[in-house]
Amino acid sequence: MDSLVLGNHCWLPDCLLQPLLTLREQTLGLGTQADRKLPAPTPGHLQQNQPLPVFPNPLCQSRGSTDAECQRNENPGLIMDPECSRLLPAFCSVLVDPRQAVADDTCLEKLLDWFKTVTEAGSSLLLLQENPCLVDLLSHVLDLKPQDVSPRVLSFSLRLAGMFAAQEDCFEYLQGQLLLGLFGEAGPLSWAVWSVPTVRSGWIQGLKSLAQHPGGLHFLGDSGAVDALFSLQGDSSLFVASAASQLLVHVLALSMQDKAEGSPSLKGSAWPACAQKIVAHVEASLCSTTALQITQALNVLTTTFGRCHSPWTEVLWGQLSPLVAHLLDSEPVPATHSLVDLLLSVARSPVFASADCTLWETIARMLSCLSPMQTGPLALGTLKLQHCPQALRSQAFGVLLQPLACILRATAQAPGPPGLLDETTQGCSMTVDTLLSSKSACVGLLCQTLAHLEELQPLPQHPLPWPQTLLVEAVVIILRLCDGSAAPSSSEGCRLCGTLAGCIRVQRAALGFLGTLTLGTSSWELVPQVFAILLETLKSPASSPTVLKKAFQAVLHWLLDSPTPPGCSDLGPHTPLFLRELFPVLQKHLCSPCWEVRDSALEFLTHLSMCWGGEANFREVLLASDVPKLAWQLLRDPESYVRASAVTAMGQLSSQGLQAASDSPGHPEVQQGLVGELLHILSVDSEGFPRRAVTRVFTEWLRNSHADVVQDTEWFVATVLQMVSRDLDWEVRAQGLELVQVFLAQTLGQPNPSCPYAVALPKVTPPSPLPEVLRTLCQMQIFDFAFRALFDCDRPVAQKACDLLLFLRNKSAPCSGLQEAGDSSDVASVEATLERWQVGEQGQPLGSLEPEVVLAALRSMDLEGLQSRLAESSDHVEKSPQSLLQDVLATVALLEENVADCY
Amino acid sequence: MMALPYITEHTGFTGTVYATEPTVQIGRLLMEELVNFIERVPKAQSASLWKNKDIQRLLPSPLKDAVEVSTWRRCYTMQEVNSALSKIQLVGYSQKIELFGVVQVTPLSSGYALGSSNWIIQSHYEKVSYVSGSSLLTTHPQPMDQASLKNSDVLVLTGLTQIPTANPDGMVGEFCSNLALTIRNGGNVLVPCYPSGVIYDLLECLYQYIDSAGLSSVPFYFISPVANSSLEFSQIFAEWLCHNKQSKVYLPEPPFPHAELIQTNKLKHYPSIHGDFSNDFRQPCVVFTGHPSLRFGDVVHFMELWGKSSLNTVIFTEPDFSYLEALAPYQPLAMKCIYCPIDTRLNFIQVSKLLKEVQPLHVVCPEQYTQPPPAQSHRMDLMIDCQPPPMSYRRAEVLALPFKRRYEKIEIMPELADSLVPMEIKPGISLATVSAVLHTKDNKHVLQPPPRPAQPASGKKRKRMSDDVPDCKVLKPLLSGSIPVEQFVQSLEKHGFSDIKVEDTAKGHIVLLQEAETLIQIEEDSTHIICDNDEMLRVRLRDLVLKFLQKF
Repeated sequence: MDSLVLGNHCWLPDCLLQPLLTLREQTLGLGTQADRKLPAPTPGHLQQNQPLPVFPNPLCQSRGSTDAECQRNENPGLIMDPECSRLLPAFCSVLVDPRQAVADDTCLEKLLDWFKTVTEAGSSLLLLQENPCLVDLLSHVLDLKPQDVSPRVLSFSLRLAGMFAAQEDCFEYLQGQLLLGLFGEAGPLSWAVWSVPTVRSGWIQGLKSLAQHPGGLHFLGDSGAVDALFSLQGDSSLFVASAASQLLVHVLALSMQDKAEGSPSLKGSAWPACAQKIVAHVEASLCSTTALQITQALNVLTTTFGRCHSPWTEVLWGQLSPLVAHLLDSEPVPATHSLVDLLLSVARSPVFASADCTLWETIARMLSCLSPMQTGPLALGTLKLQHCPQALRSQAFGVLLQPLACILRATAQAPGPPGLLDETTQGCSMTVDTLLSSKSACVGLLCQTLAHLEELQPLPQHPLPWPQTLLVEAVVIILRLCDGSAAPSSSEGCRLCGTLAGCIRVQRAALGFLGTLTLGTSSWELVPQVFAILLETLKSPASSPTVLKKAFQAVLHWLLDSPTPPGCSDLGPHTPLFLRELFPVLQKHLCSPCWEVRDSALEFLTHLSMCWGGEANFREVLLASDVPKLAWQLLRDPESYVRASAVTAMGQLSSQGLQAASDSPGHPEVQQGLVGELLHILSVDSEGFPRRAVTRVFTEWLRNSHADVVQDTEWFVATVLQMVSRDLDWEVRAQGLELVQVFLAQTLGQPNPSCPYAVALPKVTPPSPLPEVLRTLCQMQIFDFAFRALFDCDRPVAQKACDLLLFLRNKSAPCSGLQEAGDSSDVASVEATLERWQVGEQGQPLGSLEPEVVLAALRSMDLEGLQSRLAESSDHVEKSPQSLLQDVLATVALLEENVADCY
Repeated sequence: MMALPYITEHTGFTGTVYATEPTVQIGRLLMEELVNFIERVPKAQSASLWKNKDIQRLLPSPLKDAVEVSTWRRCYTMQEVNSALSKIQLVGYSQKIELFGVVQVTPLSSGYALGSSNWIIQSHYEKVSYVSGSSLLTTHPQPMDQASLKNSDVLVLTGLTQIPTANPDGMVGEFCSNLALTIRNGGNVLVPCYPSGVIYDLLECLYQYIDSAGLSSVPFYFISPVANSSLEFSQIFAEWLCHNKQSKVYLPEPPFPHAELIQTNKLKHYPSIHGDFSNDFRQPCVVFTGHPSLRFGDVVHFMELWGKSSLNTVIFTEPDFSYLEALAPYQPLAMKCIYCPIDTRLNFIQVSKLLKEVQPLHVVCPEQYTQPPPAQSHRMDLMIDCQPPPMSYRRAEVLALPFKRRYEKIEIMPELADSLVPMEIKPGISLATVSAVLHTKDNKHVLQPPPRPAQPASGKKRKRMSDDVPDCKVLKPLLSGSIPVEQFVQSLEKHGFSDIKVEDTAKGHIVLLQEAETLIQIEEDSTHIICDNDEMLRVRLRDLVLKFLQKF
């Protein structure tokens, strides 16, 4: 290890770091190598301790290594290399040494992942034969005294043994005392350490890995593991209980795999013993009086029908469906959630695509007997099914609509077209009772219903006819109940009014659903009442910031997607009037003392102007308001999120020519123009969000040839890069590279499409000869910026820079106007500087570059190699098995050292 | 508070008025401002003929609908204010004030304004809480003391918010947004307000908001005859402030940030629009001034000055007046009007939570709180909902509170208490007989040791003294316990009585000693021995009975 990454932008030379590290190790005695190699703060942070070779590796070349070997060294995770084999015995002996404690079990987890890769890629038997220490490890674990067994090591060993035994030949090799000792009744099952959930979990996972072949299945049956799994279904640890259920399903499926394939109509009595045993247990559990046992059985069945789609599952359902249906006779119905999950799981199974009357009857019964809160998910699930009897769909839809129908009735609204809500009369009293029973029940039911309908609306299989008008009216009345403006006359309506008044949760849910209700809306008569309630919500001082955000989103949906009557302009007849009322409200929210509101208002403005910036009506109303001016003022907002949103909004407005602030010359900020203001933010803003927003806006402006940019594009790009290159935020730097990419594409033409089927764009001929362009790029210091970014400590930046330089190199390849290489001393100097940059010494400037020198430097760099290395995840070094094994060993060594220190 | 001079100066009131110090000081400021506003524009003559009902009904709408105009009074003078205030006795929170020994009165913080109080009126066995304007929001005053209201027999609930549908937080947001919007458009903002109360919170809000809204350069003017005193008084009542503001005093920093606004010249205050203000005045600006009714005070000038421009805005924050009625004389008006009533007093949701927390046995409240507001009759949430349902009252109605006084507390003098020898008659219950003199004065009852038995008369003077004290006879011991009939019969037999017959009666038993022609009647609370002139036998039987009873 040469140096340590201490933070995003701070690293120290090795000579300074090493003493620090040593000191830390000695004084704390805690940190492992893995600790020190924790991923850096940013997702793609590069490890400076292992600089990526940019220039061709002389060592690799001098030894004459083949590409395959290099590749092999680069991907050590896929095979068991000699170094790992060398470390394994020591590692195994550490694990079984009761005096050594493995403190970091994440290492063990990662090693298990590696073993999985290794066993999947090759023969496990060979692996064990080549590394006998692994079998010794398993034997030693069994030989340890019960008090010396570490739960972590035991769990690791169980899972490891399961992985090896997944291959039949290896299973045979290990079978006998070893596997029986590990997984049999006399093994950990009977040890005191069994009380630790990790061990139980390891035991189950080991068995699950092992159960891949008939031999494994027999072993499970013979070792009594299935009985143990039955009891583990009710384990105190949810993870263990869930894993036990899943393993039961796995065993059932495996045992039926071969038997049932040949004869689909195989009766349950002819099933393999193991399957019969599991089914009998499920049957017994379904007949139990305890809800917990019923739930366990239902969960097993849900998983079974979810995963197994063989014909035998139909037989299984035929056998168990009477028991399941019988559960509905109980009062109250037990385990309703699990029951709903099971029925939906069965219904979704392709095996039941044909009409299965009993299943649909059971679902219909459930829909009619459960409480409204419980039937909601079942109704939604039923309506999402691809194949389902129409009558059941109608019933399910009626259940979903019930709460809204009750609201409409209670508030004396028109009941809607006949037929749509007729089905909802059944069970309506129960819904009304729920709505009126308590505030929490009412709010819960309404939120659930609205969320379900919102989910259902955009699906292709949503019920038809879809009562759009009715739903809009119901949502509008709910919103009116929430803001207190509804005036129902019935006593139920009054109680609902009292319950829902000021209820933010329901308001949010209703606004969310109202937003989606624009989809497929054909009746434009609804638009005025929707606009009215949205406007009231936006105007109301009582609306919370989250409600306002939802209201803005709903307004966007209705403005952009709402239907227009035939022969009307694009905006529809109501929209201009609505916009005139909307903008004063928007102005008010742009001045809100609550930053979330200002932020939502700006986002809304951005979206609106993005979609409608070209609409004359919209432009007229917007420019007549103070909105652009207020948005400009928010560029100086104290809250960074608001500043960022203001930057985006102003960027959008400016792109559309909607920046009206220049009309008022009194403001000092106007004098320097929006570009100046944004450059100011980019250079001085202490927060990253506004600076990122500025770079995004600038990139868009460049891409769309914004008037302020095309005046002097080179100056613009150079100025931005100058600020961006030293920015502390990696996203800003990455966005700077994006800006350069756009600039280069405009100057040199688009990069060649990597996809052979991509439509070939017409070739852009550079406006100037290539040498001239390269000279300009050098003057703009684009190469300086790109080289610097190539050695950036954040991987995405380096990747982008690499792509950029590759593009430049490819584009300059046919350049014949330049000499093959410039002055060789200049090239050497640049290369030397770049090498220093690579190791972190970026203080030295690159100096003024000549195109010839740059081209020579570019050609000498192994950019392709760097690109592939950068494509690897940032922690690939730490995840390598050598590193993990070394970490475990180093920890132990460190602990030993500390013990010695104590003496 | 504002009506106090009418009570103390015009009704023959001779009692004491209890109030906290900030109430007195701020009340004085409010009354002073009112008197100043009224006296500043004296009327040459006063008209009263219109109050004649026959004439009044001919007048245009607001006037003809006015009720009880004959009871309308002229505004009091500063002299009357001072006289009224002189009758006030200052009290502090949680201070117990004895009223003639009958009840104890305690003010508690109500959290609404500086020094505002709820009151507990309690005897030893009864407790009545009077809840007036209270707030559970975190504003500048000390938080509301809810815990002390627990275990009330009766809770009288008044002073709830006048605008139950307006959330104060939302209104403050609305206030700030509209203020900033007006200023950014180059207009002026007029805030008709009282010189104390919500204005402190508004100034604090603006203090936090103006920089972020880019309003740092906009002047804020506070114009009131008592502006200076109000701003300064608020800073010195540290003990009446919320915890955060109290702790600032120890830093030391002024509790309210308006001090900083004044220091940095962002907030300027003037007694009136004349004088310095006319020199300093620049626009656009924000003006806080009274009176919120828009009928008198400096606000009138600004309404006339700014009313014609649609750039300007008047923002109503005080909930006491209908803003439409306040604006009526100024119509047609071009300036924008925003209604942001900020009333931090309890709303019905908060009342519901308070009652759940405090759990009084009975709630008494004005009739209006027991039904939804007439304009929103469907809003069942805008009324008090509690169990048992609240007792309601109308104006000037006299209510009998639903409890009876059953017990009085009596003190025992220490020397008398020393002489008592309690005897445990049940585990945990001990009894002792007391012979004492009950001394009652100012509704306080004290048991004093009885005078010693009268000495043989040795002089005239001494004998006269003994005449004053009641005779103290030597008391027989008191008996307790019950007589088990079977054991009693066995005891009788043991002592030689035979031919004993026991009869059950409705109240107990009768033991017949047929031979002795004697009857012993045993009942729950008495035992009678009826024998025919045989005193010896009676005493024997009495002693046998007493063996089964405890004496003390």
